[in-house]
Formats: sequence, structure tokens, C-alpha cells
Amino acid sequence: VHEASIVQDLLERVGALARQHGASGVHRVSVRLGALSGVEPGLLAGAYEVLRAGTACARARLDIEPVDARWECGSCGNELAAGAALRCRSCGGAGRLAQGDEILLERVEMEVP
Amino acid sequence: MCGTCGCGDPEVVPVEVHESLLAGNEAQARHNRAHFASAGLTVINLMGAPGSGKTAVLEATSRMLGPGCRIAALAGDLATENDAQRLRRAGIPTLPITTGQACHLDAGMVHRGMHHLPWQGLDYLFIENVGNLVCPALYDLGQSANVVALSVTEGEDKPLKYPVMFKAADLVLVTKADLLRHLPDVSLDAISDSLARVMPRPQVIVVSSATGFGLDAWVAWLEARRSSGAQRVVAGLAAHGAGDPPR
Repeated sequence: VHEASIVQDLLERVGALARQHGASGVHRVSVRLGALSGVEPGLLAGAYEVLRAGTACARARLDIEPVDARWECGSCGNELAAGAALRCRSCGGAGRLAQGDEILLERVEMEVP
Repeated sequence: MCGTCGCGDPEVVPVEVHESLLAGNEAQARHNRAHFASAGLTVINLMGAPGSGKTAVLEATSRMLGPGCRIAALAGDLATENDAQRLRRAGIPTLPITTGQACHLDAGMVHRGMHHLPWQGLDYLFIENVGNLVCPALYDLGQSANVVALSVTEGEDKPLKYPVMFKAADLVLVTKADLLRHLPDVSLDAISDSLARVMPRPQVIVVSSATGFGLDAWVAWLEARRSSGAQRVVAGLAAHGAGDPPR
């Protein structure tokens, strides 16, 4: 379970951003998690609840935006059907993940005096 | 101050970041990769479930490569140094990395490990990751290639259950092929079919560390990986000599 160490990195990063902007508080932290990122949204949210005490995020809400996995052909760009072999039916090209592996800190809403 | 009415309340501003939450590990991995490239070292990150045969594959690889090839290993384990001891008995200088409760190796652990392992002058470094089909896939270590061991007893649909791991694999070693004669219901075609649904460029080699079956193909794959890495280094030097700024 790596969600706890990811949350620790998240808290440190947000703390550094808050200091950098001279923020007096953090209201909201937004992250994007792909379905094939290997990070479980529920576990990430649970770890956040436990670990945020005493940090810049102590009163900040965590928003997790899930991103579906989408494969396309790496040669012609055709979308590949979910669950099928990752090979293009029209040109034979190998699949490429167009989206779904994101583990991104998107935005931090903070209170600036 | 609030920009709307000047009331003196603090203003809430959105700060756009768009940054990977693994950025710290990714920076450390780039650092490791630069070191490995400058030493001409091919680094294999060997992952797989507990009991998938990772240690046995490395023991057999040492036998196949022979004393003329200089190899070493980092062995990640939660609690014991048993794997490291097995690899040393097989003639592979090995540093154990005991992770405690951590379920994977990260680039920082590998970097610290390299400080205790004489790695200059090696041909291959094998990193035996913690037995786990989930977390290790997320952490770039600076490796040249990811190899996943999948034993024939694990179930043909294992790749469909752990797509993140198999998506990250450059090669899957289907291990324990000697057991297939006891497993009439297990089909290699079904395993290949599962892999094709999660790996965009499935590369699969069927091996048995016990009988030696398939190990020549595995060693040929390693050597191809090694020579393509060497070509990249030479190409980089040539570009550098042509007047590119030093990096």
C-alpha cells in the first residue's frame, strides 16, 4: 500500500506551495487519478484524512477527479475497445495509453492575505 | 485583501500545479539512470508476485551468463535477507534492501544501495523488487527495462487482474514451465491472450529455471537490451561531439 507515502509527498508539496505564496490557509487540494495509475482513490482519501492533521492541509478538502483509461492506436489514432487486445484492428499498430495513468496534483486553492 | 470589495478578508486563489505526485521519485530515478548510462550498465528491474520465481530466475541467469559476465544484484525484501543470501551463493554479489513495511523499492532506496555496492565496471545490475504485483509498478528506479515474472501456477487471467503491473513490463517471463505437465488445464495461449489485453507490445519468454528451458532466449533478450543501450550511449556521445552543449 503506497497511498500513505504518496499522501506524505502531497502534504509536503502543498505545504511548500503555501509557504511560497505566503498563504494563511489551504482550502482545497485537487488531484487527478487515472484508472490505470495504480493508486486507489478510496485509500488515498483515507490516508489523507489520517495524515493531514498538523499540516498546511489540516482544514483543506481533498477533491479526487477519477480519469478513465482510454487506449488508442499508436500509429493511426483509432480508439481501441476496452478489454480487447491492444492492437489496432484496422492498421495493426500497437496500442498507446491516451489517458488513465495520471497521478497529478492539479490545483491548490489557498487563502492569501 | 479581498479584491472584490476591499473588506480586508483574505482572498482564496487557485494555484495551478499540474505536477506528478511522484515527481520526487521521478527526479531521483533520472539521476540513477544518468549514472547507470555513464557506466554503460544495463539495469533490470525484476518484479512479480511473491513466489513467482524471481530469485530462481536470477540464480539460473548467473549460471547461464557465466563468470565472464560481471553482474550484481540488489534484493528488496520486507523482512529477511534470505533472497540476498541465495543470490550470493549463486555467485552474484548482492546487497539486500530490507524495506520494513514498505511494499516496493523506490529510486532513493536504489540510490542509497548503490553507495554500498561496487557497481562500476559491471555489465548487468539486477534489482529484485519486493514480491508484489501492485506498488512496484509505480516507482521508476532508473532501470533500463522492467521484467515481470509470472509463474504458470498463478492463473491465466493474472495479467487482467493486475493490468498496471503488466502494462509497465517490457518483458514477461512465464516461469516454472516444467510444472506445465502437471497442469493440464493451464494454457500458454490463454496467458498470452491475457497479456495482449494489457500490454501494448507483449514480449513473452517461457522459461524453467529448474530445467533450463527457455533460458537461452532470456539471455539473448538481455544481450540485445545491453547492445541497444550501448548504441544509445555511443549515439549520445556522437551528438555531444558534434557540438551539443554539455549536459
